[in-house]
Amino acid sequence: MAGTAVLGRVTWRTATVVGLHDETPTARTLALAVRNWPGHVAGQHVDVRLMAADGYSAVRSYSIASAPNSDGRIEITVERLPTGEVSPYLTQDVVVGDELELRGPIGGWFVWRSDQTESIQLVAGGSGIVPLMAMLRSRSSIGSGAPFRLLYSAREPRAVFYRDELRALSNQGDSVVITYAYTRVTPKDWPRPAGRIDASLIATGTWPSTLRPTSYVCGPTSFVEHTTDLLIAAGHDRERIKTERFGATGERK
Amino acid sequence: MAIISRGFAGRRSAADAKLPPGQYLTTDFPVLSAGPTPHISPDRWEFAIDDGSNGLKRWDWKSFRELPSETITTDLHCVTRWSKLDTSWEGVSLDVLLADVKTDLPYAMFRSYGDYTTNLPLKDLMNKQAWIAFKYNGADLEPEHGGPARLLVPHLYLWKSAKWVKGMTLMPHDKPGFWENLGYHIYGDPWREQRYSEE
Repeated sequence: MAGTAVLGRVTWRTATVVGLHDETPTARTLALAVRNWPGHVAGQHVDVRLMAADGYSAVRSYSIASAPNSDGRIEITVERLPTGEVSPYLTQDVVVGDELELRGPIGGWFVWRSDQTESIQLVAGGSGIVPLMAMLRSRSSIGSGAPFRLLYSAREPRAVFYRDELRALSNQGDSVVITYAYTRVTPKDWPRPAGRIDASLIATGTWPSTLRPTSYVCGPTSFVEHTTDLLIAAGHDRERIKTERFGATGERK
Repeated sequence: MAIISRGFAGRRSAADAKLPPGQYLTTDFPVLSAGPTPHISPDRWEFAIDDGSNGLKRWDWKSFRELPSETITTDLHCVTRWSKLDTSWEGVSLDVLLADVKTDLPYAMFRSYGDYTTNLPLKDLMNKQAWIAFKYNGADLEPEHGGPARLLVPHLYLWKSAKWVKGMTLMPHDKPGFWENLGYHIYGDPWREQRYSEE
């Protein structure tokens, strides 16, 4: 693995937008057909480059949401940041048939590989669900029996990405156990008041540390700091916790 | 061939002229770390220099803080594409730390609490190019930004500025650290956009 994570993958490729759909009022999924796509591993990201007519360009990184496949298609889900330079364009201006420049996949650390059989704990804050969704989809697409749990914190029910697909995943026989946490607004009759994840939710909504799961935690910096501290306090090995953080203006994801 | 993004104007500012290629300006301070933040109290902190077989220097927090320090105002460039201008730090320069280390070894591997590593040529650490920083904006460095002390090598991408440093090993040959083993560039010059190992 050493040294090979991005080799051969840093050239810019043409991606054609072949589908668009809104996940939430502020997040849109773009399906892209990528010429000569080399394939990816769940958790990796791509760089997307936009170029103005005068040659000015802006590049941002977005996690891949889709499972690895061999048909040269990937999906990214982009959260619109009101003050962003790239995300408003990708979520509001792009239409099917547009071409974008893209390179990747990039990243060899925050990844779930299909030969991993240990228990997996996913912890998502907001749009941090995106690379974790690629892991859930990868698990399904290959029929992996690896035990997965997801703890997903969102501002409010309508801010949840991939809602129907997550429900379907948790209803399957080899079910993925999904626990939601809402920080601002909960659904009606929700058993827990709105608020950040706390120790009791870690106790009930994640694998016990005695199972020695590998954990993937992705979200805003403050979310990742807070939840990884809770996981460690609950007995998880810090060596088994992988993190990916994004800042308020970092347009990663 | 470049593709023009129909209708994309972008947002240019005077500050862009100061930025390395492919970077954008931010005013907050995003965090990139591979794992949980270690919380290291100064009374367990130490920083040690070795040559791979022998310990050469060692400081605990008290002796480290007694070394002459300086304030540094510098721009930061992260490989995830944000740049932040005119940040203010206080730290001890590597010139001070290496002052009475006699070595011909031209490379160093930095080691951190939490097992992070990153490699640097020794020449990039000397002559007021690198510090072990312990204050940011006049306050003790927060753990999430590498406190109690981190390496600061602002002329290279910020992953080279290892957080939570605890030591450096001098080496005869360059070899990759943590991110460098995962496909990131062995040197990481933002002005030459050396993000990935093929660039």
